[in-house]
Amino acid sequence: MQRITPEAARDIAANPFKSSFPLLAANPDLAFLDSAATAQRPRCVIDEQARFYETLNANALRGLYDLSVRATEAIEAARAKVARHIGAPDSREVVVCRNASEALNIAARSFAGEILRAGDEVCVTTMEHHSNLVPWQRICRETGAKLVFLNCDAEGRITSEEMDAKIGPATRIVAAAHVSNVLGVENPVAEMAKRVHEYGGYMIVDGAQSVPHLDIDVEALGCDFFAFSAHKAYGPFGIGFLWGKMALLESAAPFLTGGEMVESVAFDSAVWAPVPEKFEAGTQDGAGIHAAGIAIDYLESIGSAAVRSRESALVSAAADMLSQLGFVDIVGPADARCRHGLISFNVRGVHPHDVASILDAHHVAIRAGYHCAQPLLDSLGIGACCRASFSFYNDESDIAALERGLAAVERMFHG
Amino acid sequence: MASIYTTALMEHNAHPDFKYVMDDATHVREGVNPSCGDKLTLSLRIEGDTIEEAAFVGCGCAVSQASADIMADSITGTSVEEARRLCESFFDMVRGTALSESALSDLGEAAELASIAHMPARVKCAELGWRTLEALLDESERP
Repeated sequence: MQRITPEAARDIAANPFKSSFPLLAANPDLAFLDSAATAQRPRCVIDEQARFYETLNANALRGLYDLSVRATEAIEAARAKVARHIGAPDSREVVVCRNASEALNIAARSFAGEILRAGDEVCVTTMEHHSNLVPWQRICRETGAKLVFLNCDAEGRITSEEMDAKIGPATRIVAAAHVSNVLGVENPVAEMAKRVHEYGGYMIVDGAQSVPHLDIDVEALGCDFFAFSAHKAYGPFGIGFLWGKMALLESAAPFLTGGEMVESVAFDSAVWAPVPEKFEAGTQDGAGIHAAGIAIDYLESIGSAAVRSRESALVSAAADMLSQLGFVDIVGPADARCRHGLISFNVRGVHPHDVASILDAHHVAIRAGYHCAQPLLDSLGIGACCRASFSFYNDESDIAALERGLAAVERMFHG
Repeated sequence: MASIYTTALMEHNAHPDFKYVMDDATHVREGVNPSCGDKLTLSLRIEGDTIEEAAFVGCGCAVSQASADIMADSITGTSVEEARRLCESFFDMVRGTALSESALSDLGEAAELASIAHMPARVKCAELGWRTLEALLDESERP
């Protein structure tokens, strides 16, 4: 991929990216507007995953022969790329798991589960994906800790006053989405981290929706744990990452136990392997981890400034189009600049599932429903909604297709 | 593919004849689609073995609402046993099983929803009213 300037990337009439994505290239009529659910993969990621099996395939870590050593090196190279990409000082702090949900479950169970006591408080926002809500509900029930909610307004803002009111001496954990998968807003996680640290607590960030769109620097964010998945960031399915501060990972309990995560084993006991292997029981998906590293190379080859500039141009154009339709209500912030890669909306008087089905007939793929954030949508009094999400591989023709599809929805229901 | 949005379906969605609160219902049952939040309350007035009146209230997508309206229409005046048979035929149809000529003709207007079998994500919408009916009838037979 030839590097492109942010100014050139902003031209959404042109599309220098689509040809790198085999599925999109093979389906020129498809307007894929569901990248927040999972991104399409570039050719290099798909090819490198296959190349691992063709040239590097061996079980990593345990083999004493060259092929196994090279498989291990490929995995460790990917781990180092992830660490560098998110600003982690030490690649051993990056734990490889299956997805962001598993990463958050490790943080909740292995770390928080060990430190929470009855009466402690865990603070989450009302806009969490179920994956950063349900694990906390469970760990709070088990430990007797109390789950406290940081409320946002209809624009998705969590105010300083709200943080001051909810984060206090009893708060041991604040867990928050970096970017909301429904509202698209970036949460003030650095401010949350500062507050919870003042009380001796810990900050856990769900980066599933931010990694594809923003520069990530875990040290600047000031967080203690950062979770994300590869598949939303152009990597393969089935690979997730949990970054955590070394001392905290060392103090945490293992998540799964078994092979690979032990240093020595007797019939009646075992000594855990050091971090990160302590959290990586069983044979890992070496090909997937390698491909996830290639996806980071790809993303960095485009450059985050170009990604941001193009995606914000796409979201602004989509927001302008939707707000001019007259029969659509936009969900969340009025200012499109507050949205990272997505815009949620409803067609007045039409259920989102009907909207999605009719758009599908017009080759427009969007998400409709609760987006795994049912409490948020219920609290906003919206119920289900439609979500169009964008990647730099989209262009203005996708927005035009969305507009045509929505006009068809309106004609069908309101003639 | 958009063919499920037929004129008939859109008409049942926009102007449902059987969507109202029944005052003298003998049986009431709520049905929910947890994945999409669609909700429906089905009321029946059963006298002897006959469903004298069927009505529903609720909210949801056009497919779920129209399908429930068509369901209420088709079971009004039938026996409980016939309503059960219609339920089974409907479930078979939307899950892609070929129905006999007579089963299809018994389903009447509901047979128009056959093409939903090609949209697996929407089958549960079409089934909501019928699943609620089945649960209500099961419940009513319990001693």
